[in-house]
Amino acid sequence: MENLTQTLENKTSVESVKISGSEAVMRSLLAEGVNTIFGYPGGAIMPIYDALYHYTDKLQHILTRHEQGAIHAAQGYSRVTGKVGVCMATSGPGATNLITGIADAMIDSTPLVCITGQVPSHLLGTDAFQETDIIGISIPVTKWNYQVTSADEIPEALAKAFYIAQSGRPGPVLIDITKDAQFAELDFKYEHCKSLRSYNPAPKPKISGIQEAATLINQAKKPYILAGQGVLIAQAEQQLKQLAETAGIPVASTLLGLSALPKDHPLYVGMLGMHGNYGPNVLTNECDLLIAIGMRFDDRVTGRLDAYATQAKVIHIEIDPSEINKNVKADVPLVGDAAKTLNQLLPLIQPNKHKSWVRQFQDFDQIEYEKVIKRETHPKEGEIKMAEVIRFLNEETKGKAVLVTDVGQHQMIATRYYHFQDPKTNVTSGGLGTMGFALPSALGAKLGVKNTREVICIVGDGGIQMTIQELATMAQFGIAVKIIVLNNSFLGMVRQWQQLFHEKRYSSTEMVNPDFIAVAKGFGLEAEKVTVRQELNSALKRMLEHNGPYLMEVVVEKEDNVFPMIPSGEAVNKVRLS
Amino acid sequence: MSTATNGQSTEKQFTLSVLTENKSGLLNRITGIFSRRKINIDAINVSVSEIEGVSRYTIMIRTERNKAEKIVQQILKQVEALDARLYEPDEVHYQEIALYKIPLNAFVNENKVEKLVRQNGARILAMEEDYILLEKTGHKSETRALFEQLKPFGVLEFIHSGSVVVSKGNKVPEEIL
Repeated sequence: MENLTQTLENKTSVESVKISGSEAVMRSLLAEGVNTIFGYPGGAIMPIYDALYHYTDKLQHILTRHEQGAIHAAQGYSRVTGKVGVCMATSGPGATNLITGIADAMIDSTPLVCITGQVPSHLLGTDAFQETDIIGISIPVTKWNYQVTSADEIPEALAKAFYIAQSGRPGPVLIDITKDAQFAELDFKYEHCKSLRSYNPAPKPKISGIQEAATLINQAKKPYILAGQGVLIAQAEQQLKQLAETAGIPVASTLLGLSALPKDHPLYVGMLGMHGNYGPNVLTNECDLLIAIGMRFDDRVTGRLDAYATQAKVIHIEIDPSEINKNVKADVPLVGDAAKTLNQLLPLIQPNKHKSWVRQFQDFDQIEYEKVIKRETHPKEGEIKMAEVIRFLNEETKGKAVLVTDVGQHQMIATRYYHFQDPKTNVTSGGLGTMGFALPSALGAKLGVKNTREVICIVGDGGIQMTIQELATMAQFGIAVKIIVLNNSFLGMVRQWQQLFHEKRYSSTEMVNPDFIAVAKGFGLEAEKVTVRQELNSALKRMLEHNGPYLMEVVVEKEDNVFPMIPSGEAVNKVRLS
Repeated sequence: MSTATNGQSTEKQFTLSVLTENKSGLLNRITGIFSRRKINIDAINVSVSEIEGVSRYTIMIRTERNKAEKIVQQILKQVEALDARLYEPDEVHYQEIALYKIPLNAFVNENKVEKLVRQNGARILAMEEDYILLEKTGHKSETRALFEQLKPFGVLEFIHSGSVVVSKGNKVPEEIL
C-alpha cells in the first residue's frame, strides 16, 4: 500500500506539470546526469536554447565558435571522463557542421548524443530555410539516429540515445527534433532505457573459448598483448596489468590504447603502427601468440595484411562481433567486454616469465634509441626538434597531464614520446585522422578533468588554423588549456611523404602562417614564441605556471621526418629507421 | 593465422534474409552497408513480416563469400537489426512473381498464347477491354522464359518482383526474438 501511495504521488507530481518539448530536453539531460553541453544556437533550435536559459544553474553551456568545435569539445570531454559528450546545433548548416565530429566519434568509439533542431514538421521535405536531411546524411556515421516530430517522443528518444551511445561499443547518436515538437507540450515522465530487443550490448564469450585462450596463453613461448582503446573503455587497465604480470607477457599499445598501461611499466614495450616503436612492430611477426584486447587491427597497425603475424595464433578479445575476422582471422574469438572477459580468463592463467622474449623487445629498444630516439630527443645543435619539446614536457608534467593531439607529425611524435601515466590521458583523433580536432577537443577535455590535471594541446601550424576560432571559446569561458603549436611552416606529414615517395615535389604543403602570438593575444590569450633551444624549458615553465589558457609557439625544424616508419602497404617488419 | 581477406575470390550469388524493427530510415541504413562497399543489390524485397513491428528484407547480391559474411556482421551491428542470415541458392526455396500485359487481340485471335499460359502454369489475373494481365510465379529464369515466348505477341508491359526466400531448415522467426 505504501508503495502504491508513493507511486501515485510520484505520478501525480509528474503528471501535474505539463511542460514543453524543449524543457523536456533539459529535464532528460539532467536525468542522464549531464552537466556540460557544447553547442551553437540557431533558428530551428531556439526553443531549446530558450529552455536552457532557465537551467543554466544546472547545465553549463559552452558556446563554441563553430559547430565542429562543439562536437570535438564534446568528444574531448567524453574521452577523459568516460561519460557521454553532449552537443547541440541548429538545423541545416549547424547540423552538417557536426558531421566530421560524428564520423570521428564513430570510428573512435566515442559516446556522444548530438541534438539538432529541425524545421517544423509540416515543412519537412519542402526545402525550407535551413532544412537539411540530417537523419539521411548522418546514417552512415551514427550508431543510431532518430527524428522526433512530436513532443511526447522526447523523453523516450533521449533515454534510448544515452543508452545506445554508451553501451556496448560506444558511439555517436543523433536526435533531430522538429521545432514544433520543441514548442508542443507533453506529460513528462523519464524512464532510463535499459534494454532493446534488437540490441545486445553485453555479449559474453563462450566458456570453451576462455579455456582455449588460457591454454594457448599458458603454452605460448612468445605471447604478445596488443592493447587497444577497448581496455580504457571497459576500464580493464588492472586486468590488463595482471594478465601481463602473471604470465610475463609484453604489452604494446595502439595509438588509442595509449595510457592503458603506464609507459614506464617494465612489460610495456611501446606503440604499434606506422610510426610506432621498432620492436613492437618487428616482433609482431615473431611472436607465437597475439592477444589482441579491445582493438580492431586497423590498417595503420597491421600494414600489409597477408604478411601480418602469419606465424602466430590469435586471441581476439573484442566487444563488437563485426570486428572478429574483419581484418585478421581470430583462432580464438572472445566477444565480450574486455574487463569481464579478462576477469574470466585470469584465474586460468599460470604464472610465467618470458625473459628472453621480453629481452628481444629491449634489444630493439636499444637500437631504436641509438638510431632514432637519441637524436630526436637530445639534439646537440640545429633547430628545435618536436621530440625535445615533448621531452621537456615529460620533465615538467611527469606524464600526468592529459595530452590532446591533432593529426600529423606532431601527433606521432607527441604520442611516441609522452610518458603517459594514467588512463584516459591520451586524446587524439585516431581512425578518422581529423585535422582541427585538438584545439576544441582540448577545451572539452579541460572541462572534463577540471583542475585535477593539466590539459596540454599539441597541435601543428596547419591543424590549429582549421579550428583556431575556438581560442575565443577558451578566452570567454576561461578554459585553461595549454597550447603548444609545433610550427614547421609545413603540412609536415604530407611533406614527409612527398619527400620520401614523391621525389620532394612539395605540392601545396608549404604554409605562410599568421603571427600566432598576435592572433592568440587578439583572442585574449597569453602567448609566447620560442625559437631557440635554451629558452624552451623556461618558456614551458611559464606556460604551466600561468593561470588560464595559454599559447606557446615553438618554431621547429622545417623538414624533420618522423621515424621509424612503415611505408604504407608494407609488412610490419619492414621498418625504416631513417 | 591467416588474414581474413584470404580465401576464394570468386563471385557467387547470395541471398540475405534480414529482420529489423519496422522503423523509418532503417532501409537506408541497411542499403548503405552495401553501397559503401560498392556492392550492387540485384534485388531487394522489403515488407512487414508476420511478426508485428518487424520488417523482413530479402536481398540478392553477387559478391565473394568473405565480403558477404562481413556484410552480415555489419547488418547485425545496426542497433535495430534483429537477425541477418546468408544463403547460397541451394540453401533456400525462392520464388518471384511476374506480371505480363498482353494485347487482347493476341489472345483472342489465336490459341498460341493460351497454350503458353497452360504450359507455363501462368494464370490470367485480369481481362480488360484491350489487354489481359498474366501472372506467373517461379524462378527468375522461368518468368524470363515466358517473357521471351510472349514477346512475338507484343508484350505491353512486363514486370517482376525480386525473390522472396525461405530457408530449407525449420527455424521459426519468432525464436530469433
